[in-house]
Amino acid sequence: MRAIISGIGQSAVGRKLGRSDIDLTLEASLAAIADAGLTPSDIDGLATYPGAGMGGGGFSGPGSPEVQDALRLSLNWHRGGLEGPAQMSAVIDSAMAVHCGLARHVLAYRTVSESTAQGSGHREGIGAGAPRMGGPMQWSIPFRAYSAACWLAINAQRHFHEFGTTREQLGMIPINQRANAALNPNAIFRDPMTLDDYLGARMITTPFGLFDCDVPADGSTAFVVSIPEYAPDAPHLPGVIDAVGTALRGRPSWDQFDDATTMAARDAAASLWERTSLTPADVDIAELYDGFSFLTMCWLEALGFCGRGEGGPFVEGGARIARDGQLPLNTHGGQLSAGRLHGFGFIHEAMVQLRGIGGERQVPKPVNVAAVANGGGPIAGCMLLTRWR
Amino acid sequence: MPRLEPDSGFFWTSGKDGVLRFLRCQDCQYYIHPPAPVCPKCFGRHVAPEPVSGDAVLWSYTVNHHQWAPGTEEPFVIGLVEIVEQEGLRLTTNVLTEPNSVEIGMPLHVVFENHDPVFIPLFEPRP
Repeated sequence: MRAIISGIGQSAVGRKLGRSDIDLTLEASLAAIADAGLTPSDIDGLATYPGAGMGGGGFSGPGSPEVQDALRLSLNWHRGGLEGPAQMSAVIDSAMAVHCGLARHVLAYRTVSESTAQGSGHREGIGAGAPRMGGPMQWSIPFRAYSAACWLAINAQRHFHEFGTTREQLGMIPINQRANAALNPNAIFRDPMTLDDYLGARMITTPFGLFDCDVPADGSTAFVVSIPEYAPDAPHLPGVIDAVGTALRGRPSWDQFDDATTMAARDAAASLWERTSLTPADVDIAELYDGFSFLTMCWLEALGFCGRGEGGPFVEGGARIARDGQLPLNTHGGQLSAGRLHGFGFIHEAMVQLRGIGGERQVPKPVNVAAVANGGGPIAGCMLLTRWR
Repeated sequence: MPRLEPDSGFFWTSGKDGVLRFLRCQDCQYYIHPPAPVCPKCFGRHVAPEPVSGDAVLWSYTVNHHQWAPGTEEPFVIGLVEIVEQEGLRLTTNVLTEPNSVEIGMPLHVVFENHDPVFIPLFEPRP
């Protein structure tokens, strides 16, 4: 694909910041535009996931018209939407727009304020209290399967059953990420976590305990996706979007997908490798979605870093996925410890590591290729980012 | 509670006579779930609800401990069951059993929770 990420920006990230979605978004957007060496008048494309009104509870962020108007952008291309290859679909579409000549510099952002929206209460279920449920949700809500936690725990349980995966193995994902988060000043949870802490945490829905679930956060992440011809003029090292994985070949369903232990990640990852000359052995770091710890394990398998069903042994002990391991994983702490920035945080961290600006958490080896994945269940998208030169 | 919609409404009212029904292609006999007006195998339009035995096998499950909504009593079992009539014909449902006794592969049979006119299909261990 002929597109680069020329600029990155992130707002303050935290719990209950009490700031508006548009305020967070403009902070991240202006940072990304400046990082790219541009001004708002250079931006001619705009993209967001999911767009306004696509879910309450601080999920949606501001719609693209609100951001366009706030910055008085003059646009040749724009989009927002929830459907597509996961949260990063906004970035993938931006890259396609640039590739096709519809725009030169696209601002792509994702904003959440789920922590502030949660207030002092606890995390509410999807559809809880809804009087009458139609559409796809009618197949889960009547059975009190109110959360993606419940839907995906069923997949995890099947993985445990088929492959002998254990909680001790799964726990290495949150434990490793907490160790990474300790080195990330912007992470939400930075205190060390032991296996006993992990196993002793309250159960949410078996086999998921509290630390298998990501932490709601407030924050916005933005990128400028540009034509590759801009790369020599970009003041900070661009990342090249080498390839994207967008396939969905199984049924688009949480419970009817043919193989519940691979889910849509299988298809997205397969299409990624069909579109590049790189191989899994070329990947230096992996930033893989962890709305739940189990999803990261599925992405490790889907992307071919280990065989199908071998995710448990691959992460066991944690050495392989540590900062100084064979495949440093979720080096900022992921959504489990750094906060649920909903997909975009992984792209941001991949860019940080490619540029070598991770400070204390920068991995000790050179980073030339980063694999990034978003989504779980029937929702999956992934990309390979490489250093420009 | 499910809303009774044109294509799927029959599924939720089916239990009134104690029988579980799925939409089935009348040309190629494929069970279609969730219900849709066209068969995804032969693309024929002759589809109609048909009874099944109510037998299923537990494909996977989770024991839910967290209270997501007011008024629910935890823990309870959310199961993904496979209906015996067709491979891959699955339902998310509740398994009415002690959470400690639940096991992948256990044989199950449908029972209905009466919210007339809606009857929610749940499953209990088959003796």
